[in-house]
Amino acid sequence: MVLTFPFVAMKVDSFENIVTWRWDNVLYMGVGCFFISWLWRYLLQRKEFSKSDTTGKKNLIQQTWKDRLFSDPKVFCPVLIAAFCIASVFPFIFSPYQTTIMTTALIYVVLGLGLNIVVGLAGLLDLGYVAFYAVGAYSYALFNYYYGFGFWAILPVGAVLAGLCGVILGVPVLRLRGDYLAIVTLGFGEIIRLVLENWDDVTFGPQGIPNIPKPNFFGLEMDFQTVTLYMYFVVFAMTIFTIVVVRRLNNSRIGRAWIALREDEIACQAMGIDTTKTKLTAFGLGACWAGMMGVFFAAKNSFVNPHSFTFIQSAMILCIVVLGGMGSIIGAILAALILILLPEYLRAFSEYRMLIFGGIMIIMMVFRPEGLISNVRRKYELHEGEKH
Amino acid sequence: MQTILDVKQLTMDFGGLRAIDHVDLDIKQGEIVALIGPNGAGKTTFFNCITGIYKPTGGDVFIAPPDEKPKRINGKKPNQITVAGLARTFQNIRLFANMTVLENVMIGQHCRTHTGILGSIFKGKGVRAEERRVIDYSHMLLKKVGLDQYAHYLAKNLPYANQRRLEIARALATDPFLLLLDEPAAGMNPQETLELDQFITQIREEENVSILLIEHDMRLVMSISDRIFVVDYGKKIAQGTPAEIQNNENVIKAYLGEDIDDA
Repeated sequence: MVLTFPFVAMKVDSFENIVTWRWDNVLYMGVGCFFISWLWRYLLQRKEFSKSDTTGKKNLIQQTWKDRLFSDPKVFCPVLIAAFCIASVFPFIFSPYQTTIMTTALIYVVLGLGLNIVVGLAGLLDLGYVAFYAVGAYSYALFNYYYGFGFWAILPVGAVLAGLCGVILGVPVLRLRGDYLAIVTLGFGEIIRLVLENWDDVTFGPQGIPNIPKPNFFGLEMDFQTVTLYMYFVVFAMTIFTIVVVRRLNNSRIGRAWIALREDEIACQAMGIDTTKTKLTAFGLGACWAGMMGVFFAAKNSFVNPHSFTFIQSAMILCIVVLGGMGSIIGAILAALILILLPEYLRAFSEYRMLIFGGIMIIMMVFRPEGLISNVRRKYELHEGEKH
Repeated sequence: MQTILDVKQLTMDFGGLRAIDHVDLDIKQGEIVALIGPNGAGKTTFFNCITGIYKPTGGDVFIAPPDEKPKRINGKKPNQITVAGLARTFQNIRLFANMTVLENVMIGQHCRTHTGILGSIFKGKGVRAEERRVIDYSHMLLKKVGLDQYAHYLAKNLPYANQRRLEIARALATDPFLLLLDEPAAGMNPQETLELDQFITQIREEENVSILLIEHDMRLVMSISDRIFVVDYGKKIAQGTPAEIQNNENVIKAYLGEDIDDA
């Protein structure tokens, strides 16, 4: 209060050499600070309280409304169907502008789910994820420019190429863990970007590649609105595809091996899991989704240049995974929607939107460090009366 | 009786420090063998050498699974050694804390199953059957160790003694012929240690495994082991039945020290 006093309470008019005192501002500041700190303490206290509460009966499996939402099929299925319906009628209700924003958000949903495999499940901190995204985008742009291949032909190619890059990155970093791994992946991301920026003969450097065609629908010509609609449904289908695949992987033998790797590498190896193979599949499969979305991104924007693939993008995708909750699929989806849509809809507050955005992130991490939705492990049904 | 583990002249150097110095050890089918020694004698290092976490600098480790020819396994990776049939637990519990108890055991079955990426995605009939088999087998193991009512708890929420049991169940799930237990009774109270005693004998009978254990609890060691090996400063100083070890001068010296007059 004392420190900010000169800024808040005094207004110096240097032309007329007078000082205007603004005592009402001081009052607002004081009352505001009081209330915010009171709210802050109250929330922290509540968090502490709930924590001590759970440790008291930690052996009981808690059935909160959230657990019920995700584990009870009676509750979960209608929610799922409702979400599906809303998503499929979305572009018909809202304007093409909203649809485009939603398309971008869905791209990030898939990217978040892809990175979730690497970071959330296998526990390998990857700060260069956007490199695979770039590989996908440029594979479409370049194949199209030089050889004239279409979107659908390149979609799997982009995914496979990115997956290969993932494995190539994976091989030298097999021995690394944690911070060291993060630095190497960060470097890898930069390498890809710098190559794209400086290899003028092939990638046209920083100018990028324009006029990338949108995907066609059995050769039909489409006007702007239909294309927007079409793109939305393409990415929507891909999102569902990704969710199904990631969910199945998560609950499979492979997924369990990834989680075991995250939990304890030495024990994981001692239990007979080939950590080399497990890490490489995680890197490769994670990168696949980025490659696929890269192809889509190039088609959607019909223009790529290296500036779309900076570290900030990687950080953003990582934010999605961390904010959503490591390893949680629904968490990643929610977080992607929040992180991408929030800045868009906060445009009304234009100057303050990044401030609000940052504030929300900090508050989230203080009050829910495990993410929006922590990963609930699946409960396998057991056959009780069986004899062995 | 067939020898299933034969360690010959095993040596491990860390730079200039010789942690294990030409140690011989052998285990026969169905035996419970204990490896004891004062703190820092090199027992856990010995385990790590056998299970592939360290690569021994000298000597040979041969294993001979029942009905198979002896194989040399030093220098192989830990996961290959587990596949070959040696399973271990850890001195400081290393469970997969954020997985359920059941999943921890299911991980043990990883190296005995084959579902790949495509299989996991398409979930064909064979994959589902394999998954079912793994779940049932793991559940059966949990029943055996008395943890089945905790199957859906997260491993980190189990009481300490049960975490030890779960580690043993997880090791058993890899289908081993030799189980290596690193201080299974560490941190347990006398009652729990007593239960562990019965538990270990029970798994030997039921699972048809041999057991090599490191332990400091002498009552446990003397009551369950068939033979005991004693190491001190990386060297083997004695071997024999519990009765022989109890009266061995070298062992008493290593544990209690000796009179200055004698030296």
